[in-house]
Amino acid sequence: MVRANVTEARWARWLLTGLALAFLTLFLAMPLLAVLTQALTKGFDRYFAALSEPLTISAIQLTLLVAAIAVPLNVVFGLCASWAITKFDFPGKSLLITLIDIPFSVSPVISGLVYVLLFGLQGLLGEWMTEQGFRIIFAVPGIVLATMFVTFPFVARELIPLMEEQGRDEEEAALTLGAGGFRTFLLVTLPNVRWGLLYGVLLCNARAMGEFGAVSVVSGHIRGLTNTMPLHVEILYNEYDIVGAFAVASLLALLALVTLGAKSLLEWRYRDEIAANHRV
Amino acid sequence: MIGARSIPNRVIPGFGLTLGITLVYLSVVVLIPLAALFLKAAGMTWAQWVATFTDWRVIASLKLSFGGSAIAAALNAVFGLLVAWVLVRYDFPGRKLVDAMVDLPFALPTAVAGIALTALYAPNGWIGELLEPLGIKVAFTPVGVVVAMVFIGLPFVVRTVEPVLADLDSEVEEAAASLGAGRLQTFRRVILPALGPALLTGFALAFARAVGEYGSIIFIAGNMPGVSEIAPLMIITKLEQYDYLGATAIAVVMLVASFALLLLINALQKWRHARLRGAS
Amino acid sequence: MSGNMIEVQGLTKRFGGFTALDDVSLSVPKGKLVALLGPSGSGKTTLLRILAGLEYPDGGRILLDGVDATTLATRERGVGFVFQHYALFRHMTVADNIAFGLKVRKGARRPPKAVIAAKVDELLRLVQLNGLAKRYPAQLSGGQRQRVALARALAIEPRLLLLDEPFGALDAQVRKDLRRWLRSLHEEMGLTGVFVTHDQEEALEVADEVVVMSNGRIEQVGTPTEIYDRPATPFVYRFLGNVNAVPVQVREGRAVLEGVELVCERCGNDSGPGTAFIRPHDVELRQPEADGVAGRVRHLTVLGPVVRAELAVGATTLEAELTREEHDRLGLNPGSAVKLGIRSARLFLE
Repeated sequence: MVRANVTEARWARWLLTGLALAFLTLFLAMPLLAVLTQALTKGFDRYFAALSEPLTISAIQLTLLVAAIAVPLNVVFGLCASWAITKFDFPGKSLLITLIDIPFSVSPVISGLVYVLLFGLQGLLGEWMTEQGFRIIFAVPGIVLATMFVTFPFVARELIPLMEEQGRDEEEAALTLGAGGFRTFLLVTLPNVRWGLLYGVLLCNARAMGEFGAVSVVSGHIRGLTNTMPLHVEILYNEYDIVGAFAVASLLALLALVTLGAKSLLEWRYRDEIAANHRV
Repeated sequence: MIGARSIPNRVIPGFGLTLGITLVYLSVVVLIPLAALFLKAAGMTWAQWVATFTDWRVIASLKLSFGGSAIAAALNAVFGLLVAWVLVRYDFPGRKLVDAMVDLPFALPTAVAGIALTALYAPNGWIGELLEPLGIKVAFTPVGVVVAMVFIGLPFVVRTVEPVLADLDSEVEEAAASLGAGRLQTFRRVILPALGPALLTGFALAFARAVGEYGSIIFIAGNMPGVSEIAPLMIITKLEQYDYLGATAIAVVMLVASFALLLLINALQKWRHARLRGAS
Repeated sequence: MSGNMIEVQGLTKRFGGFTALDDVSLSVPKGKLVALLGPSGSGKTTLLRILAGLEYPDGGRILLDGVDATTLATRERGVGFVFQHYALFRHMTVADNIAFGLKVRKGARRPPKAVIAAKVDELLRLVQLNGLAKRYPAQLSGGQRQRVALARALAIEPRLLLLDEPFGALDAQVRKDLRRWLRSLHEEMGLTGVFVTHDQEEALEVADEVVVMSNGRIEQVGTPTEIYDRPATPFVYRFLGNVNAVPVQVREGRAVLEGVELVCERCGNDSGPGTAFIRPHDVELRQPEADGVAGRVRHLTVLGPVVRAELAVGATTLEAELTREEHDRLGLNPGSAVKLGIRSARLFLE
């Protein structure tokens, strides 16, 4: 029950709500709408035609490939890191957690730059790479690495506070009952963190598919070879192919909306089973 | 099974394996590439540093990146507080949907946001054509850069303030009211100070994110040297000119600033937690 | 060969700068139910966990059924452990929880499904939870969860059962019921068991033998009666039941308290400051005209059939416990003058 004195007057509430919604409409709803309408300015036919262009298809394929490599690797890492950090005590633990968080605070462009400096022709390992015949920069491996860098912390960040909160009791109980390390992890730990893991995978995947800045630096924009969907959007836009650019953008926007939807669903239903302190 | 086996270190198995994988992966993906950056920077002469940072273009880009982010973060602080307030305190149809959508800038690929915002604020865009007759240009000016930065930072303040707001003890407000304070006074003297640390943390997070942002900004910015070029773009420009040293220099400065911000944010969060625990 | 299920020899454990166990030695005979009793920080839980293999000691040995188990991994010890907060697998049903220990056995040791199912049923009946097989831990009450935890530990047919504050988190009535039930279960099954508790009533009621611990050391080992009637150290005196601890001066193994002479059993002929321990029910109150030490009633508390009297005796304050009848017979009121006798007391040197 809201008592008159302890909340704002009705008109004030309406005003504030209106202002907030106006702000959100301006900054959130309108850009989304813009994507849709711009993609469909020339009708559905042109929209689908744009999406079935061979270069677009290969961009989509590359994006899926990169995500298919980067996300599982980061999941394995996330599981290992959270097991090591939450089930044991050792010096340097908080330093390790801070290090894992680094990619979050690094600009995407810098995330790509570091790989150019390492593997590029003039980079530290550049000569060795050319001798060995490896190409990292301006090739798919570079894109995968840069994507791994920017999505690095996502899964670990979800799992660590969750597993920390769940404690070690159940794992110890499993050990007393005769289970080995791996079986304990598989039968006891994994089911306990499944929703947090899924949440982390969702965020990791969304970022992996949508990453632009880092990939832009390492890819060389070679169409048909090293173009991901976000890069393809840029290329089409710069060529004034508005419908094409927004058509691809609409797919990415759809991905974002699905991610948000799944995220909200998980938050709503499994509130207690995803990260306790959800830092942004 | 009897024997002079040395006492094992840990009860739960898997420490060596998981920590090993964690450290190797962390080093390969994050630490070594970052080291390459600092190594390169360390090899630069003083003259080269000066050359980079006396370049008017570089100076202008740093001013825009840091200055614009500060303005955008401040705007987000105000409006983010408003949105958090409305979402936590009031109820209206679709509130849950709106709450979920607040995370959109977090989930939407930056390139998509970039072209969408440009489409909106260009002179022939929905909003651009409304502002054009008033003489206000947004797209391809620093104003556009700030608009994009506001978009990027939107979720940060909202998400850091929301939980604090939700946990606020309504009794404190009731006490203030019983002592004769009006709503505005109560807000200013009782509620706002309680939200201080969270607001500051959100501000810092939004600021840090906007400083490094690339994809959402470069489309709407117009990228005119000295006017609407952001620092991450400068890095890419330098790379394209094969001025690796220049790119490295700017990147190092931005990284140092980001890490300093990260430390500040951590300190702020510790302060906030100390406040919460100590105050009860 | 001793019939000891557990032999602990010189066990030491440190956590950083804190010594949790300091050269602890102990034997637990087969088939006995032993309580580790002490305040928090006494080392009892640490000792229990080391027995289970959930911690490793810094020094000393453990023998399980005659075999050195000090460095043995938990899963190889054949020990059933019941955690303080149950540690049930939250995503498994009650039946799956209980069956876990059997399902993770490898190869030939793994019983067929039907056998596992039968065992689970049997255990559910034993812990009186039949019908709840398909429930999840979150749907159970505290007492029910505790019984599932117990059934789960019993499923692997352990040679030793270890319980960490098994009833600590439960309501008083549930605690009482479960205590009685654990005792009868133990008698029925004949398992060797060790449980940790800080509740003296629980230890005295349930255990065959009580090990009183403090600051990482064992203060006394004995049956509940021995521990209560003949405490070996001042700590045990203070920890179990109420006691009057009166500082006295010991001269050559004796001390005088308000005219009563006390002998210190273990002091030999030493002198020095000491403490006299007198149980409240060993303070006898008599009419003012009778013989004895003079005293005055300061405060009376009636607790059902028992009355607690706070008495001023010279410079000392003593607490006495008497029955309602005695109180009525003496006609006591705050301020009344009385005479005291001391039925028994123990003297310890500092």
